[in-house]
Amino acid sequence: MTREIIIAGFGGQGVMSIGKTLTEAGLKEGHEVSWVPSYGPEMRGGTANCAVVISDEPIGSPVVNRPTELIAMNGPSLAKFEPNVLPGGLILVNASQVEQKVSRQDVKAYYIPSMEEAGKLGNFKVANMVMLGAYIKATGALKMDTIAQMLSHIFTGPKAHLVALNIKALEAGAAYIK
Amino acid sequence: MQKELWKGNEAIAEAAVRAGCRAYFGYPITPQNEIPEYMSVRMPEAGGVFVQAESEIAAINMVYGAAAAGVRAMTSSSSPGISLKQEGISYLIGAELPAVIVNMMRGGPGLGTIQAGQADYFQATRSPGHGDGRMIVLAPSGIQEAADLVAEAFDLADIYRNPVMILADGMIGQMMEPIVWHERKPAELPPKDWAALGREGDGRTHFVTSLRLQSAENEVFNQQLMGKYQQIARDEVRWEAIDCQDAQIIIVAYGTTARICQSAARKLKQEGIRVGVFRPIGLWPYPYEALRKLAEQDTVRSVLTVEMSLGQMVEDVRLAVCGVKPTPFYGRTGGMIPETEQVADQVHQILREVKA
Repeated sequence: MTREIIIAGFGGQGVMSIGKTLTEAGLKEGHEVSWVPSYGPEMRGGTANCAVVISDEPIGSPVVNRPTELIAMNGPSLAKFEPNVLPGGLILVNASQVEQKVSRQDVKAYYIPSMEEAGKLGNFKVANMVMLGAYIKATGALKMDTIAQMLSHIFTGPKAHLVALNIKALEAGAAYIK
Repeated sequence: MQKELWKGNEAIAEAAVRAGCRAYFGYPITPQNEIPEYMSVRMPEAGGVFVQAESEIAAINMVYGAAAAGVRAMTSSSSPGISLKQEGISYLIGAELPAVIVNMMRGGPGLGTIQAGQADYFQATRSPGHGDGRMIVLAPSGIQEAADLVAEAFDLADIYRNPVMILADGMIGQMMEPIVWHERKPAELPPKDWAALGREGDGRTHFVTSLRLQSAENEVFNQQLMGKYQQIARDEVRWEAIDCQDAQIIIVAYGTTARICQSAARKLKQEGIRVGVFRPIGLWPYPYEALRKLAEQDTVRSVLTVEMSLGQMVEDVRLAVCGVKPTPFYGRTGGMIPETEQVADQVHQILREVKA
């Protein structure tokens, strides 16, 4: 099984961070992983994206042209990457930012109002974790527990309360996947 | 050993420190900025020297100074910055000084782009600066290999008293992959009894220079260099051949491109096409013999070279294959990266032409 994921949005939406968390979690669960950021001129004031590969065999190309899954955090990212998603693939749309719908019929699409959900939790910064929770529920690619464990290593001491907040955000996203 | 996620540039910098590099000199340029950034923190911790020089030219000449004093020294840059270092590289060769130079290639020519490229192959393998010099060139295609080759590069530089280049592309610098930090057995290295550290009681003046005004003397020096290069060409050839036995098509590629070609080969295998990938790990010296033997197999119809350039390594492939098989080329350039599908299409096209 090889998952090739593109996560795309504005700089500051936590796009790179979703990718890094997926990559780290994949590694912890014993998969082969790679993470490639966009570092082009489009990063300045425009879109940012990263490509993650999680696989059970050694990874050939770390460059993803035809993703199996797309997390689109803003409209331009959906427009840019929707045509490239493999038939039968998955698109998770950040409905707080993106007004348009996925036009393709041969992919599965979910719409998650990540900012609203993060707002309900009192911290807009966890909007990306809402999307990550939806991704994990929708694909079953990784265990929620793995992410929770990682969070408890990242947030310690005075930041320890952020573990529970982030886990709630993951659960809020997961709830959108039926 | 635990696997850790490392970004290419940072892994290369850490590998250098672990290999005993204690002097780093550099000047910022994308896509290798994480190397000086990392070194600026790590070098002082390791008791070494970090200088952000006023230019690439200053940085390579600081490397010359540190290397002349017997210290393991390194610089890094990306294509336009490496062009600026050419004079210094030639001086390192002329003074027989060990040093490691990292080139995270981007698309050229000129300032070009900041995206990955492989168009500095000629510069690295044919003409590192002016004169009859040569330089060992190592080309990692993943982060683990990048870290391992950096350690090896420092040893090779010391053994042969010659600069060694790590020639990677911006993608290798920017990507993250899991790696394991291996404990390395220290190599047996010749003493640096030439280093400019004073007479140290041996009564001999240690004089490091690349100036030999007497032409006859300079010719003798060049011949000695040539002897060294012949030894390197014999003993330091590195490559990996993946599924090349009985292959119908052999794809030759290095760095990130080799990874893309492996993905294409896997896809083609599912269609019943036997595709091998021949991956030079050392670009100079080039694995001519190994490639020629594989190309000579009766099963092989064609040897396809894929690069992020308009065709540079393909000249070495043609020298290796020597006309016994067709040697087509496919390249993307200027910062564009070939897609797996595009490489697979090239193979389909070659097979159609062979049948026709």
